[in-house]
Amino acid sequence: MYGAWILTALLAWPLVAALVVLLAPEARAKYLALIASLIEFALSVPLWWRFLPDAGMQFVQSLPWIPAWGIRYTVGLDGISLFLVLLTTFLVPLTVLGSYHYITTRERGFYALLLVLTTGMIGVFVALDLFLFYVMWEVMLIPMYFIIGVWGGQRRLYAAIKFFVYTMLGSLLMLVAILGLVFSTAQSSGRLTFDYAQVLASVGVLGTKSWWYFGAFALAFAIKVPIFPFHTWLPDAHVEAPTPGSVLLAAVLLKMGTYGFIRFALPFFPGVALHPTVQAIVVALALIGIIYGGLVAMVQPDFKKLIAYSSVAHLGFVMLGIWALTLQSVQGALLVMINHGLSTGALFFLAGMLYERRHTRLIEAFGGLARVLPMFAAVLTIVSLSSIGLPGTNGFVGEFLVLVGAFQTYPLATLVATTGVIVAAMYLLPALQRVIYNKLDKAENEKLPDLSLRELAVLVPLLVGIFWIGIYPKPILSRMEPAARHFIDTVKR
Amino acid sequence: MRLDLSNTPALMLALLPEIVLTGWSLVLLLLVAWRHHSVRDLRLAGIVTLAAFVTTAGAVWWLWWNVTTVSGIPLMIGADDFRFVAGFIILGAAAGTVFFSFDYLEREGMVTPEYYVLLVYAVLGLLLMVAGEDLMVIFLGLELLSVSVYVLAAFNRRSAKSAEAGIKYFLLGAFASAFLVYGIAFIYGATGTTNLKIIGLQVATLGIAGHPLLLVGLGLLLVGFAFKVAAVPFHMWAPDAYDGAPTPVTGFMATAVKAAAVAALFRVLVEAFSAVPEWGTVVAGLAVATMVVGNLVALSQRSVKRMLAYSSVAHAGYLLVAVRTGTAAGGSAALLYLAAYAATTLAGFAILAAKGRHGEHDVLIDDLAGFASERPWLAFAMAVVMLSLLGFPGTAGFIGKWYILVAAVQSGHATLAVILVLTSVVSAGYYLPVIMAMYMRPEPYAGAHAAAGVGRWARTALIVAIAGLLYFGVRPNRLFELTRTSGAAVHPASIGGPGETGAAVSSGN
Repeated sequence: MYGAWILTALLAWPLVAALVVLLAPEARAKYLALIASLIEFALSVPLWWRFLPDAGMQFVQSLPWIPAWGIRYTVGLDGISLFLVLLTTFLVPLTVLGSYHYITTRERGFYALLLVLTTGMIGVFVALDLFLFYVMWEVMLIPMYFIIGVWGGQRRLYAAIKFFVYTMLGSLLMLVAILGLVFSTAQSSGRLTFDYAQVLASVGVLGTKSWWYFGAFALAFAIKVPIFPFHTWLPDAHVEAPTPGSVLLAAVLLKMGTYGFIRFALPFFPGVALHPTVQAIVVALALIGIIYGGLVAMVQPDFKKLIAYSSVAHLGFVMLGIWALTLQSVQGALLVMINHGLSTGALFFLAGMLYERRHTRLIEAFGGLARVLPMFAAVLTIVSLSSIGLPGTNGFVGEFLVLVGAFQTYPLATLVATTGVIVAAMYLLPALQRVIYNKLDKAENEKLPDLSLRELAVLVPLLVGIFWIGIYPKPILSRMEPAARHFIDTVKR
Repeated sequence: MRLDLSNTPALMLALLPEIVLTGWSLVLLLLVAWRHHSVRDLRLAGIVTLAAFVTTAGAVWWLWWNVTTVSGIPLMIGADDFRFVAGFIILGAAAGTVFFSFDYLEREGMVTPEYYVLLVYAVLGLLLMVAGEDLMVIFLGLELLSVSVYVLAAFNRRSAKSAEAGIKYFLLGAFASAFLVYGIAFIYGATGTTNLKIIGLQVATLGIAGHPLLLVGLGLLLVGFAFKVAAVPFHMWAPDAYDGAPTPVTGFMATAVKAAAVAALFRVLVEAFSAVPEWGTVVAGLAVATMVVGNLVALSQRSVKRMLAYSSVAHAGYLLVAVRTGTAAGGSAALLYLAAYAATTLAGFAILAAKGRHGEHDVLIDDLAGFASERPWLAFAMAVVMLSLLGFPGTAGFIGKWYILVAAVQSGHATLAVILVLTSVVSAGYYLPVIMAMYMRPEPYAGAHAAAGVGRWARTALIVAIAGLLYFGVRPNRLFELTRTSGAAVHPASIGGPGETGAAVSSGN
């Protein structure tokens, strides 16, 4: 029972809850949303134990949807998507809690959208039908578009439409590629189906068409990741979005791009993805992302923008790890995806908390906060160090695995990427110093309240995650390993 | 029941919906001759019109249900699924127009029940157009439609803009009709017939596919149809006519008229000219130009009505992609798209009319600022309309666009499919600002939207339309089943039975 229906329940429950929130009185909305998202999390927790690492796709449910087009509602989970789903359900209650003071207008609408977004995010990670995947991929756009556009900062309209149009450009081309791919495979297999496993089984001979298809898929995912030349929507969206929006954007939405590469682009078109030229381009862009993202982050006066560019750098590690195709590098890439969710999510929360206190995000507006906000300073330090990759925190484990694994495939590129870790220290540590150390020389900063209980409730779970993965990542890695191995085998077949 | 469409009694039976509607039109004419003074008379005329459309739809349904086989070459009109489905779309759009006209006419003080008579005749013309198996029948239908709509466009006699719309539509429409009839004459000259199926047979068997007379005729025919569907570069009349006409009439022109023109074009090209490959290139070129220009120009519009006018030009481009495929899937896709598009567009114009009440002033996109906080339901409906026009998943508009993409990719027109999606991305640039204005900008002053509101009739139709858009966006099975067989019904007559039309999407699971 649980096994067959849990994913559908995870998809349906937020929608039901969103409706309830919409109909509830304005003042109750946030409490209802918190309860709903906690229930969602509670529903998802047993997945951790019920999950059998060696069983491949599980919790599969498949129902007919549009039979005439070979479209089914098929959802399932493997060692790759398990953690992304858990990360999502884990973060949503925290973002709800984190929005209590930030969102003060039209609360019902906000929390309802947040819940709809939850469905969209989980849907992308569990969809095993190309049509369903495309629909989920697009559907999560709308709530995020509204969250940025209605509750965002000064330039929110610009940021919202840019975010929307960039994503839509990629995804519509992907839609054409999905159609082409499905009809090509239908010709060879004689069955029209959008089922992931069946399409994967018959992608065999596509010839030169696979280059076009790969290009379309890769563009859609590259925009979402974002890979270097397609990243310009990200700083705008991150900075203008309200705190909860930034957190979910960074923690979950960016992972959809890398997830897409792992789930679709590489297994479908290994011949193209492993072509030397494509490899060279992807690795080069990943390196550019790591170094360029870091360097640009270094000069940002705005704390949120700094974090946004640091995302570009972190996701560069993920891309490098995926393409290196060794067990360590792929596991490392998956781990960096989770770590980035935790650390960057926490950083955005902290930036939001600063903003709630001072209504500015400029780094230079602060200084010496350690004296007035000791708890805040301690958390910010830990989170920053984890983002840099200090041993003992999650950041270290992930990036270390990526670098070790990637060294076997791309020794030279890995060497360059390693300097990215130093760059990370170069942008985060000075910022840290300017915010919480230095002199307490601004009068406005002297009377700021330290973290409230509510804020601690948001941050402590994230800190637990950071240390847990940093010290004892084995339970996660062991659940990932068969899926990562299977991914490598599929691509290298 | 078998129908042999080459003999007269069977032909009369096949004409049943048109005959029913003609009967109603006479009743309506008599009615308005002696009751045309008060608002009550106006309402009565509207209700009679609705009854006319409903019974006509019943007649279409009856034919559809009973006619199982059609034999012989249809001399005047066909009796196939394509005609029936197109007929449903037209009658549905027309009924929607009536629903939105009730309030509109009363509000604007246009107490002239003749409006409904003209609407009925326009629909009669449309039905003939989609049923016609003979160029002359199609032309007659087109003229009946056009003359009625010229008057409807200029119906608000107190408005200079409405008069301008009418005269522009009339002049360019007359021009287009001339092209069309000239083309028909050339085609007759080349083949000695105006019957679509026989033209197809003549072209195939006599080997005159490359004959200059035929090509010139086909070219002129295409120009005429391009005018009617408002394809670039023959779209110049559309924005002005759409902008100036009374809003329900604009909705009617953008949906029912476009549906009939596209359906008739598809039938003519596939049945008569499938042996003449040249039209493919021309239609592809028209489609690309229409998609690109329509979308780019719509970007720079500030008035919502003009924006919707240009967007309807862009949608004609998407439809031409479906026509270009010339396959069964293409025909079905065009009809499904038209069904979704008609509901969406009519709802959009209805909401626009609700906002612009009391004097037909231009509603700018900026005028919608803060609409959502004062009129949450109307704003929600408008947001659904915009997303459906954009072709966003979860709305019927997406299913339509998806089907066109399926048809295009399946028949090997991937380039057209790519251009279609790229131009759709451009369209986000003008549909989204409407949503942004409504939801993300503050109201300019308190009570800015106090006057906006819809009447009882329009509200009912609006709820049905929006619910339908959302429902069919998630579960399109019924809509798909409705249109699936229709595309295959249009095929050239060939000696060996139904010709090549490409298989419909085969079932997978």
